[in-house]
Amino acid sequence: MKTYNEKLAEKIEKITAGGQKKYHEKLREANKLFVRDRLLILFDNGEYEEDGRFANCVEKDLPADGVVTAIGKINNQTVCVMANDSTVKAGTWGARTVEKIIRIQETAEKLQVPLLYLVDSAGARITDQLEMFPGRRGAGRIFHNQVKLSGMIPQICILFGPSAAGGAYIPAFCDIVIMVEGNASMYLGSPRMAEKVIGEKVSLEEMGGAKMHCTISGCGDVLAQNEQQAIEYAKKYLGYFGANFQKLPNKETPKMPIPGRSLEEIIPENQNVPFDMYELIHQLIDEESFFEIKKLFAPELITGLARINGQVVGIVANQPKVKGGVLFVDSSDKAAKFIQLCDAYSIPLLFLADVPGFMIGTMVEKAGIIRHGAKFISAMSSATVPKISVIIRKAYGAGLYAMCGPAFEPDVCIALPTAQIAVMGPEAAINAVYSNKLAEINDNKERMNFVKDKIDQYKEEIDIYKLASQLVIDEIVSPSNLRTTLAQRLLHYSSKQISLPYRKHPVYPV
Amino acid sequence: MVELKAQMAGIVYELLVKEGQQVTAGQTVIIIESMKMEIPFEAEADGTVIKINVAEGDFVNEEDVLITIA
Repeated sequence: MKTYNEKLAEKIEKITAGGQKKYHEKLREANKLFVRDRLLILFDNGEYEEDGRFANCVEKDLPADGVVTAIGKINNQTVCVMANDSTVKAGTWGARTVEKIIRIQETAEKLQVPLLYLVDSAGARITDQLEMFPGRRGAGRIFHNQVKLSGMIPQICILFGPSAAGGAYIPAFCDIVIMVEGNASMYLGSPRMAEKVIGEKVSLEEMGGAKMHCTISGCGDVLAQNEQQAIEYAKKYLGYFGANFQKLPNKETPKMPIPGRSLEEIIPENQNVPFDMYELIHQLIDEESFFEIKKLFAPELITGLARINGQVVGIVANQPKVKGGVLFVDSSDKAAKFIQLCDAYSIPLLFLADVPGFMIGTMVEKAGIIRHGAKFISAMSSATVPKISVIIRKAYGAGLYAMCGPAFEPDVCIALPTAQIAVMGPEAAINAVYSNKLAEINDNKERMNFVKDKIDQYKEEIDIYKLASQLVIDEIVSPSNLRTTLAQRLLHYSSKQISLPYRKHPVYPV
Repeated sequence: MVELKAQMAGIVYELLVKEGQQVTAGQTVIIIESMKMEIPFEAEADGTVIKINVAEGDFVNEEDVLITIA
């Protein structure tokens, strides 16, 4: 006769072993970890408390109903986690799966702590659809809760396997999505379904693979090479955030930037010659403090979390090396989401501008560049965290506006001596203003001299000291003093308070 | 075979390679002038330039194939 403790231990052993052996083998073949092994790496000391472990324990082959919901610590901060078990019915959602996910969301809300979604699921369990799909506490409620929690507690998705059909909205509503290359995928309809319904023949990787989502669709933010790396990324990311929107981000011991060339050496004076903005960023921030978001997507704009003298900052920087740093539809979306993320969690924003403007031409107009640009400008404009705008070189046209130009209430607009602020660059301006006159001059040499004179006049007109003299910009600093002034100002601005106007919410451009 | 496509609309400012020439990944092969900026485009793979579809001064649109490397 077994004691009750023996019976309990037996039950637990069976549940925590997950699904059938053959499915564990499949995991190994795909270089994937079992859900409980992922949790061991994720939590401090591998320790966590689990709820709903016995879900469906009287049924056959449905241990924990295919999802582990747990609470534990990461970097000494309490967090909640939901993690699919793909060895149980391919991680599909049954009625109890959905109920468990909803409950862990409710727990995270009550405790005001971050929530991580470790996704590896083939979607709804069709056999359970009536119980799990349409009702008040059906799967839709998961997404409703995610939207409700957005901006209240950090929500992070690590995608280890598929996130299919309706389930694909879990990553979509998270603050950040980390994807494991080769295994992670997101799609509404599988390739098999695509072939049946619309006649398209396509591979899963091509249609909804991690690399595609991180480079083209923008649904993924960080591409990891393997599961361990993905988990490490999630831990590092959490280190920049307080537990909820009312907490300030964590400070760390200041570090010096990596050794490298000076800003004077990095920035070419000729406005039209590209340089690598990454090199400049690394000379401003603490060593190894950069956590880039959407690195592979719209690389003409760089967005990432970093530390300057130990203080967390969100960087939005133009990359002149890619597409001349011109802003496009995707770069605008990228900026808008990143700015909203930083603003929600009290992370100050640093704008590093070297931007010729928004792209022009038929293609981008058809793609709605104006409404996409409006998202960027609206997010930047409504952000109430400390905002520091630095004009590195050019800031032309609406590019100046998007990069938090003087009209958008930055706490300071700093110019480097290489800065040039104008509606458009000198060459474009002269061509626009004097196009008739230029057409009348037949002699080539005469025309070139005329253009040169006018360009010189124009450059005088937009001279950075003239702008500073008229208080358009607040300060001009030497590139070598930039890091110091940024560190000081971040400290001073940390008490910034802005109350929002009374209304429900703006009508955001989309 | 790798097709190098224009990432943005603009004018071909300078062609730095000829058909038949060997190139290495990361080598700048063409410069497009757009938005008054010189935008360098690099070869994405090692190989031989087998076809150049554009000439200096041509207008190219986003996604147009500029150079084919094999």
